[in-house]
Amino acid sequence: MTVLHSQHDTVPGPVQAPVPARRPQRRRADLAGYLFVAGYTVLLIAFGVVPTGYALYLAFTNADGQFSGINQFSKVATDFRFGPAFANIAVYLGMWLFLVIVLTVVVAVVLRSRVGRGVSSVLRFLFYLPGALAGVASVLVWLFMLDPSVSPAGALLRAFGLDNFDQVLAPGNLPVILVLIAFWTGAGGWIVVMYGALNNIPDDVLEAARIDGAGPWQVAWHIQIPMIRKWIVYMAILAFATGTQLFVEPQLLETASLGRISPTWSPNELAYVFAFQYGNFNAAAAISIILLVVGLLCAGLLVTRSGLFKVDEDR
Amino acid sequence: MTARPRRRAFAFGSALAAVAALVLSGCASADVTATDTAGASSFHEATQDDSSTITVWTDSTRLPEVQEYQKENPNVKMNIVTYDGDANGSTYLQTKVQLFDRTGSGWPDVVFASPTDTTWAGKPTTPGAQAFAAPVNDLVPAGTLDNFATGSLSPCQIDGQTYCLRNDIAQVVLWYNKKLMDEWGYQAPTTWEQYQALGEEVAKQHPGYVIGAIGDTNSQESYFWSSQCPAQELQSNGSLKVDLSSPDCTRMSNLLDPLIADKSVSTQGFFTQGFNGSKVLMAVGPSWYGQYLFDSAFKTPAGQIAAAAPLKWTGQSQTYTGNVGGGIWMISSHSKNLKASTALATWLTTSTQNLQDAPTYPAYVPGAKAWLANPTNKDYFADDVTNVFLNAANEVWTGWSNTSFSDATPWSNAVLPALTAGESMTQAMPGWQTAIVNEAKASGYTVVTR
Repeated sequence: MTVLHSQHDTVPGPVQAPVPARRPQRRRADLAGYLFVAGYTVLLIAFGVVPTGYALYLAFTNADGQFSGINQFSKVATDFRFGPAFANIAVYLGMWLFLVIVLTVVVAVVLRSRVGRGVSSVLRFLFYLPGALAGVASVLVWLFMLDPSVSPAGALLRAFGLDNFDQVLAPGNLPVILVLIAFWTGAGGWIVVMYGALNNIPDDVLEAARIDGAGPWQVAWHIQIPMIRKWIVYMAILAFATGTQLFVEPQLLETASLGRISPTWSPNELAYVFAFQYGNFNAAAAISIILLVVGLLCAGLLVTRSGLFKVDEDR
Repeated sequence: MTARPRRRAFAFGSALAAVAALVLSGCASADVTATDTAGASSFHEATQDDSSTITVWTDSTRLPEVQEYQKENPNVKMNIVTYDGDANGSTYLQTKVQLFDRTGSGWPDVVFASPTDTTWAGKPTTPGAQAFAAPVNDLVPAGTLDNFATGSLSPCQIDGQTYCLRNDIAQVVLWYNKKLMDEWGYQAPTTWEQYQALGEEVAKQHPGYVIGAIGDTNSQESYFWSSQCPAQELQSNGSLKVDLSSPDCTRMSNLLDPLIADKSVSTQGFFTQGFNGSKVLMAVGPSWYGQYLFDSAFKTPAGQIAAAAPLKWTGQSQTYTGNVGGGIWMISSHSKNLKASTALATWLTTSTQNLQDAPTYPAYVPGAKAWLANPTNKDYFADDVTNVFLNAANEVWTGWSNTSFSDATPWSNAVLPALTAGESMTQAMPGWQTAIVNEAKASGYTVVTR
């Protein structure tokens, strides 16, 4: 039982020391500044850090609260649905990250420099529009789009040999469908963000490049894209994080497909099944910790490689 | 100055070693061996208050009945909540009860649910918890329980206790479009062999028409349950038999394959969006197909659809059939007003006055007779369904056990996509076997495969 106690004691540890107040201060501290961040910090601790700590605690204990080491992790990793769920999400992430990064940047560059101003703002508005639909609503839209019997694009679906909804929702098509949904809802917002980032590039830089004889594509490749690199990395981190957490879309498709899609298609769904079908919150927590570690590793790699958080002052 | 970091490093090192030692030595297992359900027979009643409000969770189909009870008993304080009733493999109730068990409050008093729910509701969800469902044999007179159709309470029974009252049964019968059959000079088949022969005939003479569909989440219950296939048969020692290579399973897959090939049996589901109901000549399916499939979904005009007795196999004396759904009512063991809760659950499942207008075929035999005597339940059909329904209700095979996992999941995940991709039923069987075994093991069953 000492094990249990020591576990209890160590968990809140990192929670209680969040504010880097003890560092020697180069900048002048200001009470108003602390007050401004205090509200968010409190909420973050209550709804972000503490739940994460609780998940850590759950993942290393069993239902009786006994310390169980890595047993929860090996239990979920050997579950028959674990491999397929992570394989599904990996395929999905690969397609989604590639598409979102390449296409949003290309579209933003084209909108910024190859399209008239009025057309560009109309298009940006149009691209952004689907993003205004919440996740559930967008899935419902796609359920109609993908059902050949009611879809306005039914002829196109049939041209691909997909005569009914069951064929569309074949397991092999699912990553493509989910990427379509994610791209349709998410990419518009990122195009607007990338466009904004491109606007930050001073005109004289582009002017200078042009005078030096750079064509539009050379400007894009050698000036614009390198100068918004941090934004692209930022987008990649967030897209990766939302991608690994995929839940609503496959869950709704599972219901809509009358169960043809596995209820444990994504790791998050598997965690949900563990928690709420088997009542095994510890195993669910273990999956969430695995997702957290994967997300942190990827974000850490991108941040350190790209110097995302480097500020001019720190030079 | 140099001593400090070194000491710190040493402290860190020894802490690490201590943690490693802990990890390696004293790890408890990931699973807690559930403190056995001994003593599950009785439960700790909450402090009773006969005037307290009871919370009722019902599906939308059963909602009017609950509202009717409230109207007739205005003194009973009721809080009526509509939820999906755990239809189509949903686990909403279980999810919520898991959470209520953790927080120690919030349980509904009376719930409509699917039979699968009793497998967890009859046991504590976590070691310290009390099983959600109260044993109704402690609350309802034995004489009342005896009046439920043969075997209809068996999904409710765990270790000799009965944890639910069966609302309705969904005995599988053979539905057919009498108008079309008469027009084309066909006789309704009585054996599976005749059914297959007729399917091949229909494929030749009237291509496009179907004599069944196996693409629904519950089609396995219409076909393989009727075939007495041991897909999930609980053994007396508690293990689960999953043997799809049994002749009782392969006779059905062999029967279906030519029909799938000539398209007289559709691999789509009847309930798939856009299914053409006007091309349905026959359907092997539950008693509620009449109103909910042909009338509501397909809008087949009244006076065309008829029901025939479940099909049997040539040479078999006894007919067995399947069952597709049918709900239950459970009373919460945490209820503060067991009296009102029991009265409501009893009225819903046994009151003749209520059951004669029930939306689906009642499990309570006197109620079923009243239901069949009510013309509105039969007017739609071309023939009298009374005897077909009454007999089939007692022919449901009991070897398709009620398990804590839904039989819809392996079927829908493993078989339906394979059939859609053009595989035959025979080719899909091994994948189905694996899927059931995986689900069963993950749910804690010991599986035997023969």
